[in-house]
Amino acid sequence: MSTILEMRSITKEFPGVKALSDVTLTVEQGEIHAICGENGAGKSTLMKVLSGVYPHGTYDGEIVFDGASAEFGSISDSEEQGIVIIHQELALVPYLSVAENIFLGNETRGRLGLIDWNDANHRAAALMERVGLHENPTVPISQLGVGKQQLIEIAKALSKKVRLLILDEPTAALNDTDSEHLLELLRVLRGEGITCIIISHKLNEIEEIADRTTIIRDGQTIETIDMSAEDATQDRIIRGMVGRDLEHRYPERASVLGDEVLRVEDWNVDHPTQAGRQVITDASFNVRAGEVVGIAGLMGAGRTELAMSIFGRSYGRNIRGKIFKDGKEIQARTVAEAIKHHIAYATEDRKHYGLNLIDDIRHNISAAGLRQLAPGGWVNSNEELRVAEDYRASLNIKTPSVVVDVGKLSGGNQQKVVLSKWLYTDPDVLILDEPTRGIDVGAKYEIYTIINKMVAAGKAVVVISSELPELLGICDRVYTLAFGRITGELPVADATQERLMELMTLERDQPLPTNGTAS
Amino acid sequence: MNAIASVRDALTRNMRQSGILIAFVAIVVLFAALNDSFLSPGNLTNLVLQYSYILILAIGMVMVIIAGQIDLSVGSVVALSGAVSAAVVIREGMPWWAGVAAALLVGLLVGIWQGFWVAYVGIPGFIVTLAGMLLFRGLTFLVLDNRSLSPFGGTYYDIANGFLNGWLGGYGYDVFTLVIFGIAVIGYAVSQWRSRQGKIAYQQSVESLPMFALKLVVVAAVVMWFGYQLSTSRGLPVVLIILAVLIIAYTLVTQKSVFGRHIYAVGGNRHAAELSGVSVRKINFWVFVNMGVLASVAGVVFSSRMNGAQPSAGEMFELDAIAACFIGGASTTGGIGRVGGAMIGGLIMAVMSNGMQLMGVPQSMQQVIKGLVLLLAVAFDIWNKKRAAVAR
Repeated sequence: MSTILEMRSITKEFPGVKALSDVTLTVEQGEIHAICGENGAGKSTLMKVLSGVYPHGTYDGEIVFDGASAEFGSISDSEEQGIVIIHQELALVPYLSVAENIFLGNETRGRLGLIDWNDANHRAAALMERVGLHENPTVPISQLGVGKQQLIEIAKALSKKVRLLILDEPTAALNDTDSEHLLELLRVLRGEGITCIIISHKLNEIEEIADRTTIIRDGQTIETIDMSAEDATQDRIIRGMVGRDLEHRYPERASVLGDEVLRVEDWNVDHPTQAGRQVITDASFNVRAGEVVGIAGLMGAGRTELAMSIFGRSYGRNIRGKIFKDGKEIQARTVAEAIKHHIAYATEDRKHYGLNLIDDIRHNISAAGLRQLAPGGWVNSNEELRVAEDYRASLNIKTPSVVVDVGKLSGGNQQKVVLSKWLYTDPDVLILDEPTRGIDVGAKYEIYTIINKMVAAGKAVVVISSELPELLGICDRVYTLAFGRITGELPVADATQERLMELMTLERDQPLPTNGTAS
Repeated sequence: MNAIASVRDALTRNMRQSGILIAFVAIVVLFAALNDSFLSPGNLTNLVLQYSYILILAIGMVMVIIAGQIDLSVGSVVALSGAVSAAVVIREGMPWWAGVAAALLVGLLVGIWQGFWVAYVGIPGFIVTLAGMLLFRGLTFLVLDNRSLSPFGGTYYDIANGFLNGWLGGYGYDVFTLVIFGIAVIGYAVSQWRSRQGKIAYQQSVESLPMFALKLVVVAAVVMWFGYQLSTSRGLPVVLIILAVLIIAYTLVTQKSVFGRHIYAVGGNRHAAELSGVSVRKINFWVFVNMGVLASVAGVVFSSRMNGAQPSAGEMFELDAIAACFIGGASTTGGIGRVGGAMIGGLIMAVMSNGMQLMGVPQSMQQVIKGLVLLLAVAFDIWNKKRAAVAR
């Protein structure tokens, strides 16, 4: 095995910040090399240095690719050498066809400088074959699911004769089946001699697929672990990433259950645009004060749809069912009404549904509870600033000031702003949809601590998550959701990942099990 | 922190706002240097009278733009409300206030009409108001029967051409005008002081007392100088009072009211706003209703200034108003903008038109230069944003 890439003593400074300091990375030909680190540790910066986004001369250090010193001035320079980076947010044009996307920016011109689409579609089909896709190359990208889109990105990379493929959080938005498929594809590509660098927060994936793992913390290389070694465990990676022992990944909590706060009965929701398609069928669940209840389901099971339809009917059509709050039936036809009934919903998609990224922390925190700051319709801006400072301190939002735009914060801190916003509405029930998606291990622990504080204060919390260990780690009780039906309810003591997965994959026509749904 | 450092700090922190203010001051200084009569009392009075309706439109427009929409119909609404007013006052011989009321009613109905299509049917404001631009222009032709109607005369004429003066006597300058400006300055100082005390009570950092005093003195000096210039000419223009009241009211509404804050929330991220309990429909609806009413106020002022209604009144006003907002730092994608910024943007356009007219620059060159200024102002804004993003 020979070394394909060596990054020596890379140092990259931004005004006032040293993003990378003396980072060294060695990647062998034909290996899958994982890079781990907390958000803001410098992983993305390192990859931007490598791919030429930060051109040669704007950083210190040396890159040796394939035995020769590389001085990339732009992304096209690095792509010419066969280094292709696939970003977390996919760079596909939704209304262009698969083939058009694959060859975008890399079109082969035929006679008269025009594109021969028959030839292009034919070659696109061949590339898709290599990544295990059997789609018509002329369908628009928007008609494919996100899992398939990810594969199209890889096909696009293959069309560029990729030798070193860099994937930034490739499975963050994928469900388990699609993730598995993607990882399998990486193994196949490894067999074909393509080297791969994968950045991921999902440690079980890394354990499964990576040959070696480099850990970066605070802009410095901590160590490179050979994953075949005996002591290459997730705990060791976590220790390296956070620089301390996370004794437990989930903070301890003593459950003190109170009265039932929220009960949903026979909830039915239809798809907002597709007539006759029922998204939620006869869902019933409840949550008590001081309790953390989990809702486990695969992507597409209707988790978010269930939560949003309850939260002021912000999703769906023809909604039937009853909501009881503190034993009394309530109506929550709009979000404002739901907030008035002290129900809060923190979205899974912070950037698109949770925050106003071009406004500051202060205004985002007050967005849902603004009326409290404005008794006569006029906002008390001094009080608003004080509230923001309070939450900054109590939730440990890391920022130089609360008048910084939320878009400039890391994922974990953005999530804390979302939680602050909802805590300020003084909720009795908080529905948290994927509260730790896309945030690093250290920040996750903080979010769990915040959840514990909420229930200790007598609030009821519903956590929707696709990470089963997380649900098992923080919940008192877990419901499983499959194809819009609640298929099971387990006290956490009886729940295992295997049992939950079994219930989560129960098909629509299969009968509900009678055991496991006790209580 | 010494005084110079704190001045520099204040400037860099508000680069976005102060950049455009500095540009405004530079343009004023430039024209003052090029032309003796630019800062003369008569010309300053003219400036106010000539561009007040654009500024009134820009107040409404900046709110529409913050909400992430645009309104192309305001020029036609100016024409239609002026035409209806002229029909009521001139053709029907009713009193001046009936004309004003009829015009405002037209604006209200236009706003409800456009707000309905945008908010409750979901058609983008660009399309609805493009249709409105044709629709209301056509209605103007109908109302006026393709002919101009004039003159209003009397009280209606005084709305845009009248002055308050002489009530406290004059000694080569009008005492009443100076008293009003003095009251305004004192009011400004008191409100600034109270805001500063409020911040101190909440233990926020405030600018040092000398710095605070310096700011007040500079503002007071500029305002009183302006007031003095007006007082040596014809006194206090009625339209300036209307404009000042609107600017103060709408600055408060946008910065301090729940409604105003919801406009920013909707423009910044409508989904997040919706999920925070903001009714996006209501906000869009009322923003357009408000725009309609303000357009009719501008219509009254313009028809009064023209002393009549013409079928082609207000053409291209929408573009001046939109340009004012963008020069004043509003974001094309919504969520960012200020009434104050739009006013400075509008004044930049006004000062440039006026200054170039005084210097006899041909109409064709004026258009070219105004176009370039719009482009450069937004380019500066984008450059500035990128710089700020790197420097953080």
